[in-house]
Amino acid sequence: MADTSSRSRDLDKLLLRPGNLVGPRFEPGPELRDDLQAFAKVLVVGAGGLGCELLKDLALSGFKNLEVIDMDRIEVTNLNRQFLFRLEDVGKPKAEVAAKRVMERISGVQIVPHFCRIEDKEIEFYNDFSIIALGLDSIEARSYINTVACSFLEYDSDDNPREETIKPMVDGGTEGFKGHARVILPGITPCFECTIWLFPPQVKFPLCTLAETPRTSAHCIEYAHLIKWNEVHGGVAFDPDNPEHMKWVYDEGVVKNIIPAIASTNAIISAACVLETLKIASECSKTLSNYLTYNGSEGLHTEVAEFERDKECLVCGPGIRIELDTSITLQKFMDLLEEHPKLRLSKASITHQGKNLYMQAPPVLEEMTRSNLSLSLFNLMGKLPKDVVHVNGTTIKNDQKFSCLRKLRVVFKGVDGVTDMDTAGGA
Amino acid sequence: MIKLFKVKEKQRELAENASGGPPIKKQSAGELRLHKDISELNLPKSCAIQFPNGKDDLMNFEVSIRPDDGYYLGGTFLFSFQVSPIYPHEAPKVKCKTKVYHPNIDLEGNVCLNILREDWKPVLNINTVIYGLYHLFTEPNYEDPLNHEAAAVLRDNPKMFESNVRRAMAGGYVGQTFFPRCI
Repeated sequence: MADTSSRSRDLDKLLLRPGNLVGPRFEPGPELRDDLQAFAKVLVVGAGGLGCELLKDLALSGFKNLEVIDMDRIEVTNLNRQFLFRLEDVGKPKAEVAAKRVMERISGVQIVPHFCRIEDKEIEFYNDFSIIALGLDSIEARSYINTVACSFLEYDSDDNPREETIKPMVDGGTEGFKGHARVILPGITPCFECTIWLFPPQVKFPLCTLAETPRTSAHCIEYAHLIKWNEVHGGVAFDPDNPEHMKWVYDEGVVKNIIPAIASTNAIISAACVLETLKIASECSKTLSNYLTYNGSEGLHTEVAEFERDKECLVCGPGIRIELDTSITLQKFMDLLEEHPKLRLSKASITHQGKNLYMQAPPVLEEMTRSNLSLSLFNLMGKLPKDVVHVNGTTIKNDQKFSCLRKLRVVFKGVDGVTDMDTAGGA
Repeated sequence: MIKLFKVKEKQRELAENASGGPPIKKQSAGELRLHKDISELNLPKSCAIQFPNGKDDLMNFEVSIRPDDGYYLGGTFLFSFQVSPIYPHEAPKVKCKTKVYHPNIDLEGNVCLNILREDWKPVLNINTVIYGLYHLFTEPNYEDPLNHEAAAVLRDNPKMFESNVRRAMAGGYVGQTFFPRCI
């Protein structure tokens, strides 16, 4: 085995020497290098094109405690760029093979694979990690992890984020020659939900065009996929990874919306993400602030844009803090919302952790939730000393009525466990 | 932040034996927006909404429409709605559960309504979709057909279309296709 000093030679230049752009708590020295190995635990979400690169780069950047989660199995078409996989691995879980390969090549690295859906893990699983690196290909999955990471965030009574509750995320994404890398520090930089409007609307063809006058090959493919499939296989969900399903549709067209993948784009984006992970953990330099775009399709452009938080973001924002007596009923709480100077919220519908406490409409739900009005809010919220509720209703601003949706941090007075911290809570 | 990580790691070791709280369900931004849509629903008498999974699952629901005008007067048509966690970035998935003789709804229940696909915008909401579906029954449109035969009949012979609709809704055959009674 090569001695460790030579392996960390390049890293040492960042971690052992002082610098001008370092963070306020940066203390160069071997202890920092050792702590990074001992205490920084990074989760890589996704073991595909980007995930393979992330694992390799993290392991080579001195991180020793890694875990990786991915629900997919290896396919032949992955092999051109997902370089940790070989032909004989086809059909095996990506997470397991990727972890094994990196551990074989880089000694001292521990990688725990998780072959499952991200939703299958308890929320607490994600709280175990210092930093979460995302190598995903869908809005849904990013949005889910973002919601989870932001749910750990707590604000103090002055609405400032409590630093120890911030779960940093580094998000990478690629499509063909284009890619992005971004740093999400919930409570400080915009979260995924703050900027979800950045995504272009999905292109969808009218169903009748598909059925009546399909003009392009894409129309024909969609027709086979959406309409013909159900006529013939009614009730069976189409699975683009099932060879028999694909073969059936092949007669009519092609269906899987394959995003073109280019190995070098993945490598560049991953490198940027892992460097940011290292910077967040060690503070050896200022982090990217906060969204890098890379475009290599015509010439080469990279640019960093500093996106702003949505102050009223339902996922990462502080919401409005309200202190209450434990004796207060749901009805009284709703009266308070009307009088509250920051809210002036009437016709409130209230939801807590997925339970609808009261709904103004439709009548069927109003009836089902009406009996809650006379119950104590403290009991309805499961006797938690503090938690987040979401309320929507109408508010009045400049004599005009607005419909609004608000996040509230409810704190009950005199209940054990309450200090000045309130959870920002799960969206 | 490594110092923080170090402190937290120590705390975690200490807390190892402490019991964890109950599992918490996290609501996605999509669920919250849907909650708003549902609590602000303002439906005409001819439309009713049901929640088969109870008051806490708003992501899956059913809407029944009883047109009070036009060819479909007197029929009851059931639609299922499936809403994604990234709603309103993505339109709700809507299917017609009642087999219907209609130019814009095929026999599998696929619905051709522009705001469900190509014209969906996040500013639209569940209310607009339900009104859109209602509109399909008061003004079926032969220019965007999913059921070609029905569309051709509506275009060429509205009287015959009307009688076909009555026959289908009463429970009977139109051509080779049987339609269960929905009046």
